[in-house]
Amino acid sequence: MLAKRIIPCLDVKDGRVVKGINFINLKDAGDPVETASTYSKEGADELVYLDITASVEKRSAMLEIVAKTAEKVFIPLTVGGGIRNLEDIRLLLKSGADKVSINTAAIENPNLIKESAEEFGSQCIVVAIDAKKMISQLNTRKLTHPQTRTSSWEVYTYGGRKPTGVDAVEWAKQAEKLGAGEILLTSMDKDGTKDGYDLQLTRAISEAVNIPVIASGGAGNLAHLEEALTKGKADAVLAASIFHYGEFSIQDAKKYLRDKGIIVRI
Amino acid sequence: MIAVIDYGMGNLRSVSKALESVGAETKVTNSPEDIKSAEAIVLPGVGAFCRGMENLEQLGLSPAILESIKNNKPFLGICLGLQLLFTESEEHGVSKGLGILKGSVKKFAPNVKIPHMGWNQIKLNTTDLFDGIPDNSYFYFDHSYYVEPKDKNTVIAVTQYGKDFVSAVNKDNIWGVQFHPEKSSDLGLKILKNFVELTRS
Repeated sequence: MLAKRIIPCLDVKDGRVVKGINFINLKDAGDPVETASTYSKEGADELVYLDITASVEKRSAMLEIVAKTAEKVFIPLTVGGGIRNLEDIRLLLKSGADKVSINTAAIENPNLIKESAEEFGSQCIVVAIDAKKMISQLNTRKLTHPQTRTSSWEVYTYGGRKPTGVDAVEWAKQAEKLGAGEILLTSMDKDGTKDGYDLQLTRAISEAVNIPVIASGGAGNLAHLEEALTKGKADAVLAASIFHYGEFSIQDAKKYLRDKGIIVRI
Repeated sequence: MIAVIDYGMGNLRSVSKALESVGAETKVTNSPEDIKSAEAIVLPGVGAFCRGMENLEQLGLSPAILESIKNNKPFLGICLGLQLLFTESEEHGVSKGLGILKGSVKKFAPNVKIPHMGWNQIKLNTTDLFDGIPDNSYFYFDHSYYVEPKDKNTVIAVTQYGKDFVSAVNKDNIWGVQFHPEKSSDLGLKILKNFVELTRS
């Protein structure tokens, strides 16, 4: 049986791992290659590097880290942050990334999903969606989506700074149609709160597409991981701080999930 | 030297580094001469079948691969590298493959999520490639198509995803795996080590 995946995410800035709290305050949590190697030994199923520097001059630092990681760590590596075009993707894959995640550039140029999927294969194109719940009283923008849902979430770009007016569920469906192989879904409302994933959002997206969905944003304990995989119907869970600061190991998480009857690789 | 064939289809660095980590000397190459002079060949690759085949043809690599296999050189196909061994694929209409193994490459039915992505178990018929690998071990998969060999005797592992599909094959000196040993942590490296040892025996 296909196992549910546990994916630690390393936010990388200037070659070091940091973790954003609601995308703002940052703390240094170590060297990416060493951290990645430790996670792999602990049984992490994949790793995500999110480049939050993403300035053009610093791109080469990320490529070096990716290359060093690929020499030492033999589990899948997804790299995201600041990817603008096919050439960025080509360089990352060539350096040793297995998948790339595209966020802002995909919204601004949806054709990039199609072109990159045709060029490199859907299996390595992850579309990252940062979504925020629309609260009807405060809602000044109208999102276009079928009227069968009671809740809606808006896609944000530029690290959660720019609202786009795009409905997250409709965008996920479009991304799949264009050739995305996976969705990395982050709830902006929950990110950094440690009070659990946005289960309603995760489920809405998981049910809307037939590609794997990684839930992200809000993990504070092991029960949160379980909920995202069961109630949220996610295929994988991404978490950062609960693993980075040693609150739980990957093995703790897997044993917990296994005891709850979830299939994991132990 | 093991030739890791570079035909523009994805992450070769991991494959060569993983082989080196288990003691192999590798050369990432797109030269037919290197393929002919190598002791063994690894054909990795991810992406579209027809593009993969086109690239092999354009680089003039198909004849070198066919010749090496005929000369009984150990060959390991990984993911797309496994699929390309077969007669044809239904990806983008019908595309012809290398035709070294008889059979076709099919897409998963939409009753499961596609791609089949993540860690899944393999049910083994014990062979030299899987020496020391426990039955039902997990390996990393990332693909939308799977192989259907005509000769069922070539099947050395199957995996459950909606149904049982073929996740590894072997015929004479040819091995192919649908999963990524270079991305499957310690057990994946063990398989690569076994392959390296097969090339030395």
